[in-house]
Amino acid sequence: MNLNLLAIVAQTALLLLLAPLVSGVIKNWKAKLQNRRGAPVWQPYLDLAKFLRKDMVISEHASWVFSFAPYVVFLTALLVGLMMPLVTLQAPLDLFGGALALVGTLALGRFFLALGGLDPASAFGGMGSSREMTLSAIAEPAMILAIFTVAIAAGSTSLSEMVRVGQSSGWTFFDPAHALAFAALFIVLLAETGRLPVDNPATHLELTMIHEAMLLEYSGRYLALMEWGAAIKQLVLMALLANLFFPLGLAADGTPAALGLGLLWFCAKLLVLVGAVVLVETTNAKLRLFRVPDLLSAAFMLALLALVSTFLFK
Amino acid sequence: MKSRLLKLVNEVAAALAAAWPGQRMRYGLLPALLVLLGLCVWLGPFTPAMLVVGSLGAFTLGTGSGLLLLRRERLANGLGFGLAALGAWSGLVGALRFLLSGPGTPAPHFELLPPLLSSIHFAVRLDPLGAFFLLLVSLLGLAIAIYSLGYAPGFFGRKSVGLLSAGFNLLALASVLVVVADNVWLFLMGWECMALTAYCLVSFEHEEAATRRAGVLYFIMSHLDAGCIILGFALLFQASGDFSFASLHDIGAQMPPGRRDAAFLLFLTGFGIKAGIVPFHIWLPAAHPVAPSNISAFMSGVLIKTGIYGLVRVGFDFLGAPPLWWGVTVLSVGTVSAVLGVLYALMEHDLKRLLAYHSIENIGIILMGLGAALMFRHTGHPLLATLGLIAASYHTLNHAAFKGLLFLGAGAVLHATGTRNMEEMGGLIRRMPQTAALFLVGAVAISALPPLNGFVSEWLTYQALLGGFGTTDHLIRLIFPLSGAMLALTGALAAACFVKAFGITFLAQPRSEHAAQAHEAAPTMRLGMGLLAAACVVLGLFPTQFIRLLDPLTQQLIGQQLSAHLSAGNGMVLTTLASKGGTVSTLGLTLMAVCLLPIPFGLWLVFGRRARLRRAPTWDCGQRELTPHMEYTATGFSKPIRMVFKALFKPHREVQREYDFSPYFAKTLRFDSHVEEVFERRIYRPARWLILRAARRIRGLQAGSIHAYLLYIFVTLLLLLVFAT
Repeated sequence: MNLNLLAIVAQTALLLLLAPLVSGVIKNWKAKLQNRRGAPVWQPYLDLAKFLRKDMVISEHASWVFSFAPYVVFLTALLVGLMMPLVTLQAPLDLFGGALALVGTLALGRFFLALGGLDPASAFGGMGSSREMTLSAIAEPAMILAIFTVAIAAGSTSLSEMVRVGQSSGWTFFDPAHALAFAALFIVLLAETGRLPVDNPATHLELTMIHEAMLLEYSGRYLALMEWGAAIKQLVLMALLANLFFPLGLAADGTPAALGLGLLWFCAKLLVLVGAVVLVETTNAKLRLFRVPDLLSAAFMLALLALVSTFLFK
Repeated sequence: MKSRLLKLVNEVAAALAAAWPGQRMRYGLLPALLVLLGLCVWLGPFTPAMLVVGSLGAFTLGTGSGLLLLRRERLANGLGFGLAALGAWSGLVGALRFLLSGPGTPAPHFELLPPLLSSIHFAVRLDPLGAFFLLLVSLLGLAIAIYSLGYAPGFFGRKSVGLLSAGFNLLALASVLVVVADNVWLFLMGWECMALTAYCLVSFEHEEAATRRAGVLYFIMSHLDAGCIILGFALLFQASGDFSFASLHDIGAQMPPGRRDAAFLLFLTGFGIKAGIVPFHIWLPAAHPVAPSNISAFMSGVLIKTGIYGLVRVGFDFLGAPPLWWGVTVLSVGTVSAVLGVLYALMEHDLKRLLAYHSIENIGIILMGLGAALMFRHTGHPLLATLGLIAASYHTLNHAAFKGLLFLGAGAVLHATGTRNMEEMGGLIRRMPQTAALFLVGAVAISALPPLNGFVSEWLTYQALLGGFGTTDHLIRLIFPLSGAMLALTGALAAACFVKAFGITFLAQPRSEHAAQAHEAAPTMRLGMGLLAAACVVLGLFPTQFIRLLDPLTQQLIGQQLSAHLSAGNGMVLTTLASKGGTVSTLGLTLMAVCLLPIPFGLWLVFGRRARLRRAPTWDCGQRELTPHMEYTATGFSKPIRMVFKALFKPHREVQREYDFSPYFAKTLRFDSHVEEVFERRIYRPARWLILRAARRIRGLQAGSIHAYLLYIFVTLLLLLVFAT
């Protein structure tokens, strides 16, 4: 069993350092599109440092589950990031888990996040948990099916193997099944990361919060862990979209040149994806809560069509 | 010498009795004796056959002791459930010993009693399939028997604990007979005994009308299923001429296709009713909540699995070489059961009814694996069929473990708060911390989250379904991605349901006085739950070791052994069949998470050394105090799902208010919300009406006139003469 320790450390560092930057770039570009100056792209780093330094206030009704949840959210996000090929073809933790473990680990994080929302006995938290679990009940199958479409073509549920097959067999984006799966996974990305039109990441009104509602009672270092975990999850889902469907430029070996090139390609793909997300966020209003399942069911149908067409025509 | 030995035994017994401060067991000698016997069973040179006989004997003794000691409650409790635990332990050791001895070992078979008539042999055979299900029955029996030692005292003075312990022992005895029987008669006797004892136990608290109704419904459904099974066995007997299971092996090849298909359908219906597949599931959510919680756990963990045992025995052992549509039917039925089970579970606010619907969902998942295995047997892919069978068997054991744990936890909560209604619970994590932690383990396991066992068996099921790509040319292969999609939907909905179940029951503030005064469960109750929680963790972290136990099973039924193929990385990693296919390692992920734990602590050290922790009330928008009425309720939690799936649920909501001068200041408020019970209204009520109408018509034949009866006898004689010649 060969686990490259250096690769694990390097990928963990990349995840930790790049994730807040992606959030910062999204916020900055959204502001620029709305004709504002916006906060600088390194603002999330300053926010995280601020949260880590501040005192923590915990509800007197909360139990150990409330304190346990931020660790689970943060660690599951990191684990998922280690299972995903970002810059190199071979993800460090590829042996320990592939597509199904990715979805399952994210679900574990979401489970404890929802429990952490219910624990302080506030109505906001319960509402956020309820909405999050409902929307993820429809979004998670869509994600699984979209990933399975690529897995069937590659003959494996290992993410690195999928990327490797994609890279070697030529660019298959114009394959209809892959295009449908990409569209489905893009909608799921918006839902899972709490972006408009599913959820507004900048609001704290009870009619419009989903993810923020579960975080309402968190403060200080626990809030830092939660925000960082959410940012890492966002980075991983974007990497999933970028690397599964556009497997270009990933480093096949560990030479510095290949790694540098891989990093450049990765950042370029992320920037394009961030641009797409910013465009969608700025041009769409938030959907009413009971309209969001329609959008997610559309994503589910797209993913199902993609998988069925793969089974029928291959 | 003898007095010194006695003094030593008494000291040990006193020490044990003192070590259980919550238990007022005056008979401290008894647990010491039972533990000693258990050690003898484990360390002694007993063969699996002897251990099975020992298990049956212990259960019989337990039944007898429960029935004889009706007046002495504590002794009946201790002796009855103690013997049950001993019997289960014996069965567990026997089954493990047999399975660990590898695929080549011959199956011990013997007769329990001398044969009654020439064909009614009380023959018992411990083949790998039987041994695996014996393992399941015994594991659950052991945990539940230990739990019952602390649970049954809740019935002291109210109901007869002797009857409860006798019934439990008899139920366990019948279940063991069902899975090790080698003769159709013994199987049917065990089956019927199981059904009748379960009926008696379901109706244990028969003072409530709902309990009586549930008992009668269960009684009717189990006789329907017994009827189907008897008819199925009759068809098999017609082809083989003998009642022993050995003669029925592969009998399907010798039957004409029409009869073989009819037999399959009869067995699917019969075992399906017992297992609780849709649309025969209506007895499950009625019977499980009203039974005593240890019986509910046994029913959900063992009774419905005997239906699965029957299906595997018939599908793989008796009726070999299945046509494609059998696998398609089982897979479809499984998919529908899984999705409908979890959707109806989400709508429940009775904790035990919610768990009963989840049993239906998990039976659906097991059937998905079995259906895939049957389909692969037809298309000639034995390795994939083995993978499907491994996934189904693994999920069967996992479900027994985590569902048993959850029902025992629900029993502890019911015992402590006096209610099953989640809307009256809350805040129990502070009053019952260990029960809450164990329930959380069960909730994480059943939601198929890594690193526990539910995730592993769903991973295997997904791999089996994905393997269907490229196996057949028919359009039928579309069923694989569709089932995979439904399995994904089920998993996500199950996680939502258990966030609700755990969160509303244990977290936040207590919603009623009962919940605020709840007490922690007795030590033996926690021990029984802890045993099952440990099983969940072990089955989740070490799947490759456990799959080795399934080798004899798959070797017997399909002729393949996959444990070497599925294991990599020194047994730490679970792989799939294709080279460079997917891999997963729950142990690896857990260890990695532990290795990453220093990162947050490093951040605290670098940035947050001066940060302090303060406790304050939850943010209440400036109101003076948050009351429990302001928390989220179970019904409210599942409202968005009710709205999303309203085509299925057809929810009905009614608000009535009485007011004097303004509707905003209501005097009384009545709120009613329910979902449509589709199966009762659309299937069972019309069926019942039709049957009763037919019965009334037939009653017209019994006119009371002797002339009519003489005419019937004459016509029958005439017909017999015509057809006999």
